[in-house]
Amino acid sequence: MHLNNGTDPHAIGTKLPAPEARYDMVVVGAGPSGLAAAIAGAGEGKSVLLVDENPIPGAAMGNDVPLLFGGRMTAATQNAERMLETVFMSEPMLEAAMEAGVEVLLGTSAWGVYRNGPGITGLPENVVALADKDRGWIAGYGELVLATGARDLAIGFPGWNQPGVMGAAALERLLTRYEAFAGKRVLIVGSHDLALSTALLAREKGVDVAGVVEVRNAPQGDAALAEAVRAAQIPFYLDDAPAEAIGGIDGVERVRLRSGAEIAVDTIVLAIGLVPSIELVDAMGGKRVLDGARGGYIPGDNAGVTCVGDCAGLADTGFDHVEYRMEWARELGKLSAPDTIVCQCEEVTRADLLGVQPPRYLERPAPMAARSLDTLIKDGPPNPDQIKRLTRAGMGVCQGRRCRDQVAMMLATAANGPFGTVPLATHRAPVRPLPLRILADWEESEDMRAGWDVWFGIPTQWVPYRDIDTPREREHQQAIAEGWSL
Amino acid sequence: MSYVGMPTPSETPQETMAKIAGTAAKMKVVIVGGGVSGLSAGWWLARSGAQVTVLDKGIVGWEASGRNGGGASHYQSPLFEEEQRMWPHMDELLGYPTEHQQERLVIAISPKQLNQYHYLAKMNNDMGYRVDLLTGDQVRAMVPLAGDNCLGGMHYRFGGHANPQRSVQAYAWALQDLGGRIVQHSPVTGFETEGGKVIAVHATSGRHECDAVVVAAGPQIQALMAKLGVEVPLAAARAEMIVTEPAPMMPIGGVDGNGLYGRQTLRGNLAYGGGPHEWLETFEAGPPARPSSPLTRNLARRVAELFPKAAHLNVIRSWAGIVENTPDGRPIIDRMKDPENVTVVTMSGVGFGLSPASGHAVRDLVVDGQCSFTDVAKLSLSRFDGIGADWREQRGWQPAKAELAA
Ligand SMILES: Cc1cc2nc3c(=O)[nH]c(=O)nc-3n(C[C@H](O)[C@H](O)[C@H](O)COP(=O)(O)OP(=O)(O)OC[C@H]3O[C@@H](n4cnc5c(N)ncnc54)[C@H](O)[C@@H]3O)c2cc1C
Repeated sequence: MHLNNGTDPHAIGTKLPAPEARYDMVVVGAGPSGLAAAIAGAGEGKSVLLVDENPIPGAAMGNDVPLLFGGRMTAATQNAERMLETVFMSEPMLEAAMEAGVEVLLGTSAWGVYRNGPGITGLPENVVALADKDRGWIAGYGELVLATGARDLAIGFPGWNQPGVMGAAALERLLTRYEAFAGKRVLIVGSHDLALSTALLAREKGVDVAGVVEVRNAPQGDAALAEAVRAAQIPFYLDDAPAEAIGGIDGVERVRLRSGAEIAVDTIVLAIGLVPSIELVDAMGGKRVLDGARGGYIPGDNAGVTCVGDCAGLADTGFDHVEYRMEWARELGKLSAPDTIVCQCEEVTRADLLGVQPPRYLERPAPMAARSLDTLIKDGPPNPDQIKRLTRAGMGVCQGRRCRDQVAMMLATAANGPFGTVPLATHRAPVRPLPLRILADWEESEDMRAGWDVWFGIPTQWVPYRDIDTPREREHQQAIAEGWSL
Repeated sequence: MSYVGMPTPSETPQETMAKIAGTAAKMKVVIVGGGVSGLSAGWWLARSGAQVTVLDKGIVGWEASGRNGGGASHYQSPLFEEEQRMWPHMDELLGYPTEHQQERLVIAISPKQLNQYHYLAKMNNDMGYRVDLLTGDQVRAMVPLAGDNCLGGMHYRFGGHANPQRSVQAYAWALQDLGGRIVQHSPVTGFETEGGKVIAVHATSGRHECDAVVVAAGPQIQALMAKLGVEVPLAAARAEMIVTEPAPMMPIGGVDGNGLYGRQTLRGNLAYGGGPHEWLETFEAGPPARPSSPLTRNLARRVAELFPKAAHLNVIRSWAGIVENTPDGRPIIDRMKDPENVTVVTMSGVGFGLSPASGHAVRDLVVDGQCSFTDVAKLSLSRFDGIGADWREQRGWQPAKAELAA
């Protein structure tokens, strides 16, 4: 029973809503680069919205979103009001931005960017999707500036999947903007600039720094920084690596190095590298390029979107971050056991990942057990999204933040190629885990409600085969079509 | 291992396998498209002894077959009873896990929904497929995530769901274990015909000789068959889904309703889709992108309404898949008259669930020229003979803004 009137009431048509608000410029991320861009925009007379997800909700921090917090935040982070105040006070430029006329929303994450283009034309305009602790909404933009910074690079080793193994960016955030670090004594892993400055920051904030571990045989960072670390009497453990994190109910208590040294610490800080936060660019189908000197995958040229600060790529000092992290990944891989966890959310071990085995709740009959990454590679270059769906590595609530990069490194190593042989698993909106009730559009249009159908709204599709071309067909079609738009 | 709510099959799948063994020995079959339809057909043919080569433009299951709702309850199809007979045995027959689970619940949160579900329940009971009606309290007892807003529902004592990507891979691996070849990243570019038959299929991987061809390339069937002078009316569209973090396991994971289809995975995630689709070109080279849209929010709302006790759960991903529809939305499973060794299979919105049976039907058409276990005559291509060139426009199925879609 086709109306055949040239319209499909169940197609997307104009059902996607217009944005709730519209700005000449939307800036995501209120770090120094985002603030500068917002203030400059306002100075040119533009209407500017600046959003920043800090303070991060306590529940997200517990899932290591967006940084590898490793469970080492104090109870203060559970107090949203207080955190908001702390975060606001920690950045004087926020007030300056407001004075310049910028609309500033803290505790607000940008979880998607949607543009018309290949495969999608139904948007009334380009929008950025936002959410705070109460609700989600979309905003229109003339110009989008992403200043989302960089996030922690995690590489697993035995015992890393317990509280007390965290990232350098998370530590910096807890020590500075949040004033909420719960650890007392830390070991820093890595010795490039990030690691050295993290060691110095921790020391400055009164944290006991037990040492800096470096897989290569000399500190990798700036000579003056290395000298400052030495001057602060922080020992270097060179040509060494953490072989195991040992702990109890509250997480890490000590670490054993490959050399045999055992060091009592409550926190191990992974400071091997940072990864530019390209989630939004990637999820919107934007271009990304690999640049080892700038921290890995960075945004390519994407019309209408400007990336500034670390998310555009780390400062190029001539150091090959990717080569460095691959060296770490290979070494920590050697120190790992088959049952060392790679994906914490889904509890995927190294052996299961490299064997392309299904999760433990499924059976592994003999043919399944005989499959591996090697057999998969014979059928073509490995694709991380395919491996992700089969093993579930990266499919959990942290959205692959803890394992996406290490999986890509492991797959590249297994395929005997450089990093990048195997692409990075894609990001998808929402790029932050968001509760159904917050994401939900509770004020959707009548058009959307009336046109909603479970599947296409083609009544002929559901008529029992035996009734096709019989008088009953019409009856079914009518009854089914009347029940649409539930 | 069968359903209480379905007629008892007259033969076990194992008996069928024994019967077909060797029936297509030495037959060279090239299958264009490594989605579930092509792979299941390939598996059935390999079980019959054929030498099967599957060519895909990308990775197996990368299009609709790996991105769908995993639902397997398409009672309207002539393939349904065969699908129901096969699914419970597929893990064992393939040798790989598919995560297949039996039975489904559909629950209503509005009187209109409840009416609709009661109609469908009766329609099924009339066909001899058992559906039990449930009160709101009965639903709440069976579906821990349901809320006070639930007015009732129905319990299909048949049907079910499985994991799309895992099932696709299971077919593919099982096919390889039987000696079949799967050539990925190898788009088919043309056909070589002689004497009313296709004698070879051309792909970027080279020339593949064949005795028979199965074209199971999803929306790309249209452009491929046009090369053989056969017009297959298809319209492609984009459909979206979302998934949450794991929820506590429900006794029956196949719960949907409220304008949604979907399932709880064996890990506990709630994966749901529904709502408006976007019509697209059928793109000979395949879709340039598969973006999701802010429809994510409308899906989130409906999942929160369906499962009020899960409203706090985080949504962790959204995605879209491209699926083709024929003018009446029903599959085409048909062997062509010219070239006479080409069989076409397009399953529209029901291809995943019906895959164990669609492969059997295709195998029968390729090997025997007719389907042995059910009538598929009403799924022939000829029903669209003489359809006007503007059939998409007539239905409003054309891409909204063609210039943007390119
Ligand atoms: C969001 C969504 C939800 C769905 N939910 C359900 C559900 O719950 N239950 C259900 O039963 N069905 C569902 N479907 C429909 C189901 O996914 C399809 O019916 C089914 O996957 C079709 O399988 P296929 O093998 O015919 O096609 P496809 O999966 O499209 O496979 C076609 C293959 O052909 C390849 N190809 C194309 N062109 C060429 C070429 N020139 N050369 C070589 N290879 C080529 C493609 O790469 C692709 O792998 C859903 C679909 C979508 C998009």
